[in-house]
Amino acid sequence: MALLGHLLQRLLWALGLLVAVVVLNFLLIQLAPGDPAEVIAGEMGGATEEMLAEIRARYGLDQPLPVQLWRYVSRAARGDLGRSLFFDAPVTTLILERMPATVLLVLSSLLVSVLVGTWLGVLAARNPRGWLSQSITVLALVGYSAPVFWTGILLLLLFALAIPIFPASGMSDVTRELSALGRVLDVLHHLVLPTLTLAIIYLAQYSRLARASMLEVLGMDYIRTARAKGLAEPTVVYKHALRNAILPVVTIAGLQFSQLLSGAVLVETVFNWPGLGRLAFDSILRRDHPVVLGILFCSALLVVVANILTDLCYRLVDPRIRVGGAG
Amino acid sequence: MTRIFRLLILSLAFPALAALAEPKPGGTLVIIDSQVPRHLNPAVQSGTATAVPGTQIFATPLRFDENWNPEPYLAERWEVADDGLSITLHLRQDALFHDGTPVTSADLAFSLQTVKENHPFQTMFAPVNRVETPDVHTAVIHLDRPHPAILLAMSSAMLPVIPEHIYGDGQDPKTHPRNSDPVGSGPFKLVEFKQGEHTILERFDDFFLDGRPYLDRIVIQVVADVSNRVIAMERGDGHLMPFMTTLRDIKRLEALDHLGVTDQGYAAVGPINWLAFNTAKAPFDDVRVRRAVAYAVDREFITKALHLGLSRPATGPIVPDSPFYTDEVATYEVDLDRAQSLLDEAGLIPGEDGTRFSATVDYIPGTPEQQRNLAEYLKSQLARVGIDVQVRAAPDFPTWSNRVANHEFDMTMDTVFNWGDPVIGVHRTYLSDNIRKGVIWSNTQSYSNPRVDEILAEAGVAADPTARGELYGEFQWLVAEDLPVYWINVVPYHTVYHNGLGNVPMSIWGTMAPMDAVYWENPPE
Repeated sequence: MALLGHLLQRLLWALGLLVAVVVLNFLLIQLAPGDPAEVIAGEMGGATEEMLAEIRARYGLDQPLPVQLWRYVSRAARGDLGRSLFFDAPVTTLILERMPATVLLVLSSLLVSVLVGTWLGVLAARNPRGWLSQSITVLALVGYSAPVFWTGILLLLLFALAIPIFPASGMSDVTRELSALGRVLDVLHHLVLPTLTLAIIYLAQYSRLARASMLEVLGMDYIRTARAKGLAEPTVVYKHALRNAILPVVTIAGLQFSQLLSGAVLVETVFNWPGLGRLAFDSILRRDHPVVLGILFCSALLVVVANILTDLCYRLVDPRIRVGGAG
Repeated sequence: MTRIFRLLILSLAFPALAALAEPKPGGTLVIIDSQVPRHLNPAVQSGTATAVPGTQIFATPLRFDENWNPEPYLAERWEVADDGLSITLHLRQDALFHDGTPVTSADLAFSLQTVKENHPFQTMFAPVNRVETPDVHTAVIHLDRPHPAILLAMSSAMLPVIPEHIYGDGQDPKTHPRNSDPVGSGPFKLVEFKQGEHTILERFDDFFLDGRPYLDRIVIQVVADVSNRVIAMERGDGHLMPFMTTLRDIKRLEALDHLGVTDQGYAAVGPINWLAFNTAKAPFDDVRVRRAVAYAVDREFITKALHLGLSRPATGPIVPDSPFYTDEVATYEVDLDRAQSLLDEAGLIPGEDGTRFSATVDYIPGTPEQQRNLAEYLKSQLARVGIDVQVRAAPDFPTWSNRVANHEFDMTMDTVFNWGDPVIGVHRTYLSDNIRKGVIWSNTQSYSNPRVDEILAEAGVAADPTARGELYGEFQWLVAEDLPVYWINVVPYHTVYHNGLGNVPMSIWGTMAPMDAVYWENPPE
């Protein structure tokens, strides 16, 4: 019952947040210099004033700002995010077409970074002064400091050009006819390098986090008790210690979903991954405001959902929160 | 001895024989493009992104070879009336649209009307009064005044013949849903158009030219990131990459065995990189100041050193590849003393710190080698004659175009296309009645010379090519004296192609022309 009430409260919060996001983004984007009509008409050809006026009228860009805002919000409430100025296509279609690619990339990166990061962190914590721990620390530092696009291009040059074992671009090979299974394998093959690129930064964070948290937990009394009972070391580490040590990782993983989304913008551009990030980047340059707003709205939605899920996960991992209700 | 000799002859002759043999049909061509098309209908959309796929899907009345000669395409033959006031087109009788309906003169008339009303290049068909269709395969275009540019405007992406039964349903052609699902009569038909990702085209089996096209499929893949584009060509994922301008990448790809590189195929695009002056604003309203800047800029250094020898100097408003080009103009060979004395004459005396005056220079973001680097070069070069230049960055294209279109600039780097005939791409930036705030690539320099207006008006309607040439010659000489812009170089567009390809597109329109003759000589494994 407490859970249900809590969930309801979170949902209400989320709704308010989303409305605020829509309104703020709408106002913010008006501050960007440049006129979308000019971009549409101008494309290396120039345009006439009549044409500019016509485009502005067609997309309602000639209306006063409050009118535009009201129209946008009332339409968005009905699930209509407007039409792309550039493609003249519904924004929802454009976004839904690309959403799966981004979600796939972000979730696989999250999975890889959490699993591998935690594992590395645990390894490092078991012998904090050993060479393994040291090298993991160095690796984590390098991974965290290197810019995403640099790591991406480096991986491309290494594993797509020097040793061409992975494809360089896109999510699938459109030039080949493939069976359904072939398609899936093809997508997975394309997924490796972008996932790795995006995971590397977060991997660093998780390994540091897990290491610190593990060290703390391993020093606690109940671990000594477990060892005193004569339990095998792996049981102590993975069953008793990890369960408690992983709490901060879960929290951070949820919070980091939004950062992963912004990291995806760069990775998608470097690897030509057909996702939301690239659409966002291109749309900003094209002053395609409805698409930018739509993507911001959807990523806000994703982040809110991710946070609620994290919250639930947290309760699952830590029974104290489940029972007490007060976090 | 004779046997060895024969063998030698045979081995020498074989490659030559193979080259003469009929091109082999089949295969897929992957084109790597950096530009995203809004849709695929060039009748209502300019730009290279739509033109490359658009010219495969739609056929035009004429097409042009590499020497600017018109060739039959949808029109078997054509006659221009002696007074230049009408053009009769005789269309092929066997041309079909991809949906199986025949191409008729009514479709042509409808297409011309649609382009005239909707295309941003208003000068292409402005003089067209009406199109008469005496029979199903004959169209007579009536003009208000002679309009020699119309032949070129009936090629490439400029007059795609679109089916009236699809696009004439009363919907606004600019936002017609079939613009993204087009039906044309060109050599390839659409299989899939994924916005911002790829366009897949397939051989149209009933194409009106027998045996063409040779390729089975064309896939146009949009790759936004330049490193990724280069890697795609290097790996062999892509086979043809047009409009390449990153110079070190060109050099790098050129060195690879399986790739070739050419700068042919951009004659009609005619891209000029230039420095524009705001002639409405002091001190650039003084021609001496503009000339002083020109004398301070070393085009040789730019093309040979900064551009690694890959670009060519532009000497005037018309590109060297155009039949109307002349080099008989003032060329302003670099001369800093001359620049100094011109500035002295203009009354711009150096202050105590040696500075005569300060000015800003803008540039288009995105192609640093053509734009930003030249702006930086200008800053250091003009400092030597006492002009303090501030390079003004713009975060993106709309910011830059907003400034320039609204005349809020001192000097700016710019890239402007000739688009084949001067009437289409050149007149617009020099005519005094085309000074229109808010419109980019209009006469944003606020340049006005009544004689230039007069010449351009005359050259636009001169039917005789020689007479036209003379008029444009005078025009080029005049604007090089007045210098509303200082032309720096021809943008070094290059096409990178797989060596196994035959008939790589190199006509005046390059990849913005039907690729029905392109074939795989030695397909990649």
